[in-house]
Parts: sequence; structure tokens; C-alpha cells
Amino acid sequence: MSDFEAVIGLEVHVQIKTASKMFTRVATGYGEPPNTLTDPTVLALPGALPVLNKAALDAIIKTGLMLGCEIATVTRWDRKNYFYPDSPKNYQLSQYDQPVCRHGAVEIELPGASLAVMGEHKKIELTRIHLEEDVGKLNHESNDSLIDYNRAGTPLMEIVTEPVIRSADEAFAFLTSLRQSLIYAGISDCDMEKGQMRCDANISIRRVGEMKLGTKVELKNLNSISYVRDGIVTEIKRQINVVTSGGTIVQETRLYDGETGRSASMRSKEMAHDYRYFPDPDLMPVRIDAEWKVRLAAELPERPFAKQTRFIEQLGLPYSAASVLVRDRALADFFEAAVKLGAKPIAAANWITNDLLRDLAAASLALADSKITAAHIAGLVALVEQGAVSSSQAKEIFADMFQTGDQAAAVADRKGLRQSSDTGALEGWCATAIANDAKSADQVRAGNAKAINALKGAVMKLSAGKANPKLVDEILKRQLGV
Amino acid sequence: MVPLHFQTIAELSGRLERRELSAVELTQALIARTKAVEPRVHAFNSLDETDALAQAVASDARRAAGQSRGPLDGIPVGLKDVIAVTGQPLTASSKILQNFVSPYDATVTRNLKNAGAVLFGRLNCDEFAMGSSNENSAFGPAANPWDTTRVPGGSSGGSAAALAAGEVIASLGSDTGGSIRQPAALCGLVGLKPTYGLVSRYGLVAYASSLDQIGPFGRTTEDVALVLRAIAGHDPLDSTSFKADVPDYRAALAGPAPRRIGIPKEYFGEGLDPEIGAAVEAAVKFYRDRGCEVKEVSLPHTQYCLDAYYVIATAEASSNLARFDGVRYGHRSKAATDAIDLYAKSRAEGFGAEVKRRIILGTYVLSSGYYDAYYLRAQKVRTLIRQDFLKAFAEVDTLLTPTSPVPAFKIGEKADPLAMYLLDIYTIGVNLAGLPAASVPCGFTSGGLPIGLQLIGQPFKEADLLALAHTYEQAQEWSRRTPNL
Repeated sequence: MSDFEAVIGLEVHVQIKTASKMFTRVATGYGEPPNTLTDPTVLALPGALPVLNKAALDAIIKTGLMLGCEIATVTRWDRKNYFYPDSPKNYQLSQYDQPVCRHGAVEIELPGASLAVMGEHKKIELTRIHLEEDVGKLNHESNDSLIDYNRAGTPLMEIVTEPVIRSADEAFAFLTSLRQSLIYAGISDCDMEKGQMRCDANISIRRVGEMKLGTKVELKNLNSISYVRDGIVTEIKRQINVVTSGGTIVQETRLYDGETGRSASMRSKEMAHDYRYFPDPDLMPVRIDAEWKVRLAAELPERPFAKQTRFIEQLGLPYSAASVLVRDRALADFFEAAVKLGAKPIAAANWITNDLLRDLAAASLALADSKITAAHIAGLVALVEQGAVSSSQAKEIFADMFQTGDQAAAVADRKGLRQSSDTGALEGWCATAIANDAKSADQVRAGNAKAINALKGAVMKLSAGKANPKLVDEILKRQLGV
Repeated sequence: MVPLHFQTIAELSGRLERRELSAVELTQALIARTKAVEPRVHAFNSLDETDALAQAVASDARRAAGQSRGPLDGIPVGLKDVIAVTGQPLTASSKILQNFVSPYDATVTRNLKNAGAVLFGRLNCDEFAMGSSNENSAFGPAANPWDTTRVPGGSSGGSAAALAAGEVIASLGSDTGGSIRQPAALCGLVGLKPTYGLVSRYGLVAYASSLDQIGPFGRTTEDVALVLRAIAGHDPLDSTSFKADVPDYRAALAGPAPRRIGIPKEYFGEGLDPEIGAAVEAAVKFYRDRGCEVKEVSLPHTQYCLDAYYVIATAEASSNLARFDGVRYGHRSKAATDAIDLYAKSRAEGFGAEVKRRIILGTYVLSSGYYDAYYLRAQKVRTLIRQDFLKAFAEVDTLLTPTSPVPAFKIGEKADPLAMYLLDIYTIGVNLAGLPAASVPCGFTSGGLPIGLQLIGQPFKEADLLALAHTYEQAQEWSRRTPNL
């Protein structure tokens, strides 16, 4: 392996989240009965015409602004002509030589030495991002092929990277970062299971030090981010095997099966289509002016890595907590809301990343569906800060809040979970503990500081856990005269 | 008195308004007329009598309730069989759509319904509007009512023939390279190709999207003005539809007509029938005598119009017609074994020779390696052609030319497709430039065949164009002649 390096370029298709399709007003959707989301335009009935849904263009411009792309001042639509049953017009509306976005980059974070350590950051340059419409879906039955056009005409972005990715880990980090940014900005849900994000990888290898690119193989059907990583690893190994055993790589398209971890040749690239691209005469070019871009830029959220840096530098969070919090925009917002309500950032982050995420996972709940709000976290952190509850009491309160949705203070009151700072009672418990355990008391007086722990434990028992440990320590020492 | 079926919208709407006539009576009269002449004219692909009469009944009911929708209410209007009407066949005169019934209305259809028109039958045309004689219809040619051994012109031949034969009171055609103006000239009618973008193309079976435009046929400029008013205007369902005001074209007829007329010298050369040349000269004299300023202008790129047109139109057609594949609707081959075979056989069985010829040509000019040499170059030529016109319009308001170089020819006479393409030499430039143009009757040949005069206007100045045509029409009787059928 070390003799070779891989050169990888990705083509990622992302379904844009719009209410209606890209060139007609019919709704977009997933899981509806077949062919219910159609109209004359979707079905390409004779005479039907496309009209651009501006929301799709807004979304790709926003994506471009977010990723630092050059945004075209004029963009237009081309017809990509080919016959296939899932393509109702037998041409696809796409963008050929005037895509909306060129260049730009996706910032990625590679795995660190451990989960607690931030890995290297790197920029993966993009070639272009363009808009196109999705096609329908073929369902093959024993003797028939049925077509569902519900997906046909859904707006898609095709994001194409430069061939600058060097490993499966980088590809994984690229998709993770891209997905995170797109979800943050509300452009797509990027649910790979629903086909909202699909990836093809172009992979070649060359001996380290060589400049010339090797023959590339296109890997298709990578329908989860882990499959992308596994597929690339497998393909690089396959290519190295072929080359080291004296063979040559054939330019081809291979289908990767994530279940079996194998790929198989799909078709040879020699049969590549002549798509006969030409500008669609039914759609007018669109001018994108500065004002439009400024308006959209204002709608963009803070980018995930910027948020991560801010959490670490301004709020003092450790990398491990910050990286977990920014993974999900809703979680990060939840955390910030708790901080805004007065919670200490580190304490809030700990409760959220440890306890809340663990309990949500165990209950298979989404954050939005849980009874815990930012106010619950802030309330709990405050109780601990004030010394009103001990850490073990706090854990008990959290578990109760998670079940009942009651606020922390209310739970503490209901369950009597408050530390006692009543000095009269504390003095009594301490005196009883000393009287009951003369041996330990003597050891403390003789200078064995650790022996006081036995006495403290006794006081906690006597107080049924309510005694404020700090006060108990002070009183015991005073009563023992040390 | 002129029989009902040869009257104009203007006359008939007055009679309907005065209750001298009902829409049902008018529709019944036209159905009877159609039955009498259709065996000789074959202007219709189909006629739904029940549906037409139901529309007439509804129109009469509106009028009785004092809710008439204006001059078109109750007037039978025929539509070329490339314009969608809900529940009616939409065949484009092709076998591939032989049994297709449209589930939706074209925007012009909806506009005419809103105006109260009685939509009357599906009119014959060249298959997918490709042709200049109406001989390319899969259902057989239409005939010219002035001489049924001759063609009515194409591709909107049925729309012209039905009106000239008195089967409808007005009709709509579509014009990609002259398909309204040329049959209007050959059948002695007024035909208007509006500015590209003035009339919605939504629901028009596309031939060449950047050139296609729906327009009206009428017996008079007044009738054309009335129909245009009803169908023009911005349509959110057509991205190429223009946001322009729609003036009252009929009122504009009485207004001042443009006075500076240009005669493009390239349009009066070789190939022009001398009788047509003389008739057009006479019309020029009329305008000059009326005080118009007439001057010769030049459109230097005219010689490239035909070449550019057949590259651009066929390129777009090859893509537009890809949807006819036997998968979702239309003819599906029973002999197919797999998907590719299904496309190949369905299309081979469904399309006629001229359509196949253009699809193949269009596929070729778009294919990689040829795109720059043909399609891109043709688009550049198109720009030059448009600039020619705009330059001319800096000097004159309107251009005056013959519509067709020859009068109606015999069915079957022109067997060579390239010879047929030459018939559109005076009309094609207008489509490439996106301009409005009208063909107006301007005489008859010694053999009794109609001659047409073409007036070409500036973008969206249809009102001026019609006003200019109207002054000429008022001074002669060509429009009042009817064929002996």
C-alpha cells in the first residue's frame, strides 16, 4: 500500500428540500402512493412546459455562498438527452457549461489520535455545483417493470469535487462535513436511506511520486457514508492487487454492494453516452444579482466548524464536548439556550453530551421529542452550583426530569433531595458519629487525615445523604480539634 | 345575404347579441356545413358534435342570463390538433398519438373557453406541425377549398381549410416557420403569427420551442384582432411568456396606422411567381397612393434563413419529440422485447417519414463534434438575422413582402422535401427573429387561387400591424370572396 497513493473525486447528488418540484408546482415527497405526485409537466405530456421553482435556485445559491463558491451572474438550463424509462421527457433538465456555482471548498476534519483530540483540518476543493432534476424510480417485478414518477422532477444539486481526496477517511470526513453544513442550512435533510444524498466516487491509484493520474474507476451506488468509506478502501485494494500482479486497470463503472463489501463491473466507459447537451429553449436564463446573494447570505447559519471553534475558545469547552454538540444543529442550539439561561457552559455541556444523549439513545427519542428543555438543564446546573444538591442527587434529579418533565427544583422539592445545611442537625450528627467511632476519631486526632472519611460516611448515613459534605468536613474537624 | 358559415365573428356576434340567432343554431349550421364539405376538404381530424352543442347551449344560457362574455361568446372556433383540450383527442396528426386524449387544457384553450367560444373539432395539420402543405398528416392531407385538388398549405392547413370552407368561424394554428401565414395566403385568409412570447405555448405540442407560436386565422383583420385579444397575455405556466399589456386590438384598427413601409429587396428575387409579384406590387402602390413612405431596405442575411432554421428547428424537435416513446402514453409497439427495442419500434411505427427525417437531422446537428459547426453557428446566424430586422426597423415601421413564393400547388406535386422547404423562404426569418407578422389576402391568380401579402411588424406591435392591414383590407374586396365548394 505504501508504494501507492489514491486519487479520489466525488460526485454527490443532494435532494433539495423544497415544497414543490423544480419545474412545476406539484409537491415533493417520499413514501406517497406511486404516481400521485405528478402533473402534465412531470409526466411530460404533449404540450406541458417547465417553469422554474425559485426556491431550488435559492437553495443552491445559499449552498454556494456557504462553501465559498463563485456564483454565476447568469445561469441557464440545458437539456441532457438520453432515453431511459425513468426519465419522462427522455431528456433531463440540468446545467452544462453555466453551473450556478464554481470552485469553493468543503472544510473537513480528519480523525484525531483519540476522541478527545481534534484531528487535522483540510479543505477539499470543489469543481462545481449545479442544479438538475431527479428522475423517477423503476420497480422491477418478475415480468414487468413499473415506473413511479413521484421522485421525478425533485430538485437535485450535484456537487463535484476536484480529484484531491487521498483516502477513504478523507472521503468520509468530506461527506460528514458536507452533510452537516447542508442540514444546518436547511437545504436538505441528507437522509441517505431515502436517497436524499447519493454518492459516486471516481478512484484511481498511482505510485507515490508519480504525477500522471492512473486509470479511473467509477464506483456507484454508495448509499451510506460508511459504504463510501468501505467501498473506497475495497476499490483501492482491488486496484493495487491488479497492478502489483501485473494487470492493468480498465476504465469502467462498478456497482458497490455495501452488504457483501464487493463490487462488480456495471458497464464499460467506452459506451459513454453522447448526451447532446443544448440550452433548453423552454426556460429563460436567470440573472443572479448582488442583492439576491446578500439577502440569501443573511439567511445562512453559523457553520459547524466555526461553532466548534467558538465553543472551545469562548466557552471553554473541551474538544470532545464541542465536537459532539456541533454534530447536530438542534443540539448545539439547545446547549446555547441553556447557557443563555445562565448555565455554566462546561456543566451544561457535560449534562447534555453525557446524560441527555445517553438517555435519548436508550429511549430511542429525538431531542425535539424529549421532555427535557434547555431550562431543565439550566435549572439543574444552578442547583448544583448553589450547593443545594450533591452530584449524586443531581443524577437522581436528572433521571426524574427525563421521565416526568418536571423542572429540577420541583423534583428536588418533591423528592426531598436537598443538601442539609442546618448546622444544628449537622453538629448533632457529627457528634454522634465521633461518639460511635472512637477509633477513627483518635486516628484523626493522631494526624491521620484520611481517617476522617469514615466519620464523614457515618454522618451521610445518619443524614440519609442530605448533609452538605463541605460543612460536615468543617464541623468534624472543629469537634475533633484538628 | 352571405350564408351563416361564411360570416365573420363581428357579424355573427352582433346577431347573437340581438338574438336573431342562437349559438346552438349557429353550431348546428356549421355541423351541417362540415358534414356536407368535409368529404372533399378533410380539414378535421375529429369533431365531437355533442360536446360542441353542449358548449353552444351553455353560451345561449349565459346570454339569456345577461352574462355574455363578449364578442367570442357562442362563436365556433376550431383548434389545430396540436393544442390540448381537456377530454378531446390530441393527435398532432400522428399515429403515435392516434388514441391520446388530453387530460388538460392548453392556456389558449382555457382563454377561449373563458371568452365563451364554442371549441369546434380538432383540425388537421402536418404531423407535429412539420410541413408546408398538410400532406404529412398521418390521417391524410387536407384540401384547399378553392381547388380541392390542391394543398391548403401547411402545417396549419386544416385550420385554414376549415375556415375557408365555412366549417368554422375562426381558428387557431401554430407557426414555427410560416405555418399560419403560408396556409392563410394559400386559402385567402388573414393569418397572424404573434410576437414570440405574446401567446402562451403551454399545451401546444412542441415542434421547435424557440420558434413555435400560436396564432389566429380569421376572415378579416377585425376577426383576427378579436381572437388575438382573447388568447394573448402573460402565462405563469410558460417561462417564455412575456409580461406585456394586451391592448384592444379591434379598437386599434381604427387608429392611426404606421406610415413608413420597407420593402426588403431580398424577398423579390428568383423563384417568386410573377402573378404574386404583381399583386404585391399593387398593394405597395396602394400604400404609396395613401401617402405612406415606401422605401427599399436590405436584410442581407436572408439567404441563410433556411439553413439556420433547419438546424435550430430540427435540433429542438429531436429533443422535444423524445418523449413520444410508448412508455407513458401513445402508440406502443407490440413487437418490442426490451426497453431500447420498445423505443425504437414504437417510434419507427408511430412517426411518419418527415418527422423521422427531422429527428435524425436534429440528432445529428446536436451530436458531439458537430454542435459547434451546426447548432452553435446557426444560433449566431440567427442573431445576425434578428439584427438585420432591427436595423431595418430603425428606418421603417413595417416590412412588406409576399407570404409565399407560389400559390397553392397540386397535392402530390412536390415530392422532393428540399423543394418543399423552399416554400417558407419569406416566412422563416420572422420566426428566427421572434417578430409578429400577418398574411393578408391581396388578390387572386388568373387560375382563381388566393395570393397573400405579408406584413412584418416590430415586437409586440400587433396593433399597428393589424391597423395597417385593415386600411388595405377596407379598400379591396379580396376578403369577401368565398370559394365555390
